[in-house]
Amino acid sequence: METRELQEILEAIIYVAEDPIKPDQFKEIFPDESFDNIELALKNLVEEFNSRPGGMLIREVAGGFRMTTRPEHHEFIRAYLKSRPNAKLSMAALETLAVVAYKQPVTLAEVLAIRGKKSSSALQTLLEKKLVSIVGRKQAVGRPILYGTSKDFLIHFGLKDLSELPTLEEFAQMAGDQL
Amino acid sequence: MDSNDNLGEESGNPESSGITIKLDAFEGPLDLLLHLIKKDEVDIWDIPIARITAQYLEYLRLMNDLNINVAGEWLFMAATLIHIKSRMLLPPDPSAESPEEAEEDPRKELIYQLLEHQKFKNAAQMLYTREEVENAVWHNPPQEVVEDGKGVVTVTLFDLVKAFHEIVQRFDSQRSMEFSQEEVSIEEKIEELRRLLLVHDRLLFSSFFQQARSRRHLIVTFLALLELVRMREVWLYQKKAFEEIYISKSKSSGETS
Repeated sequence: METRELQEILEAIIYVAEDPIKPDQFKEIFPDESFDNIELALKNLVEEFNSRPGGMLIREVAGGFRMTTRPEHHEFIRAYLKSRPNAKLSMAALETLAVVAYKQPVTLAEVLAIRGKKSSSALQTLLEKKLVSIVGRKQAVGRPILYGTSKDFLIHFGLKDLSELPTLEEFAQMAGDQL
Repeated sequence: MDSNDNLGEESGNPESSGITIKLDAFEGPLDLLLHLIKKDEVDIWDIPIARITAQYLEYLRLMNDLNINVAGEWLFMAATLIHIKSRMLLPPDPSAESPEEAEEDPRKELIYQLLEHQKFKNAAQMLYTREEVENAVWHNPPQEVVEDGKGVVTVTLFDLVKAFHEIVQRFDSQRSMEFSQEEVSIEEKIEELRRLLLVHDRLLFSSFFQQARSRRHLIVTFLALLELVRMREVWLYQKKAFEEIYISKSKSSGETS
């Protein structure tokens, strides 16, 4: 198949996909195409699509591709949809999530040690919202549960993968400047 | 250690102490300490421990006066601060094995703890910003209501009680003042919900509670909703189990849960 044609089909599939769609999933649809071809078509598509002036973007989220509106137009979209901004996570939940994201896999006791306060209810909220999941048990006394961030975490914060997060050193530097 | 007399002066009247009281601002002892340090532009590497301890204890007393339950970690931090303060008054330990050990700053551990905490607060701030951007973005296909009732999950009583419990908790954590005089009857609420459903096809369960100003109001609203469900005027559904609950007009009694 011509790369051009492949590119067009990929665009259409990304448009209809409910969740971010991964290169492996495209490979299933095009078993005869090489992985390199698919990757090339994806790369061209993203470059072309995002450089054109328009209301939509193709973004890499949670290891896949997703078509979204541009954030700068949110007011008008919200006015049309008559929707209110989603409920945001509380500061306590965000702090707990930050500890889990950077220290994972991490136990509740370790989260408590860093935050200096009880974190079980914040962690419970994060588990319910599926932003955090249980990833195993620590090989230590009592075999405490280990927590990590989920795929929904990447989607919720628009991250391609965990490596897209700024490093902890950057925040340490910032903390040094603030105090 | 000039701050000891400060304590005597300030303890009488918490209002004049210069500690700004924002009750939900300090979620934990480390948050309060960071606030006290920033407020006075204190050097983190040279914390005036007596002054900070005094201010910290005063805050605890204030929480006590306001009948706020002081959790264990607050008392633990108070004990830690007092311990550091007393160690700083002592001469270097003569039995220490090396001079470094003898001269080790008793505040060191606390300083690292505070820096670590600030680091993660910054990380949380970054997540907050990212979340805000993501909230301003929509993707395809837009989340449409499934009108035919297919692919939706009816809501169990357990889900409903849990959702209501979350609303009450959110209310408790956000409220600034309760207007207890407000009287709303279940009948009024039922009428209000009927009117709302004339205009909207569906409502988010949680949004229906937003204008409530008191716990009583919340409960009346909840009862009104239950009554409408019982009379089969509305039905409640989720798109997936454990997700947001929607309120919708009942088209036929068959659809009611």
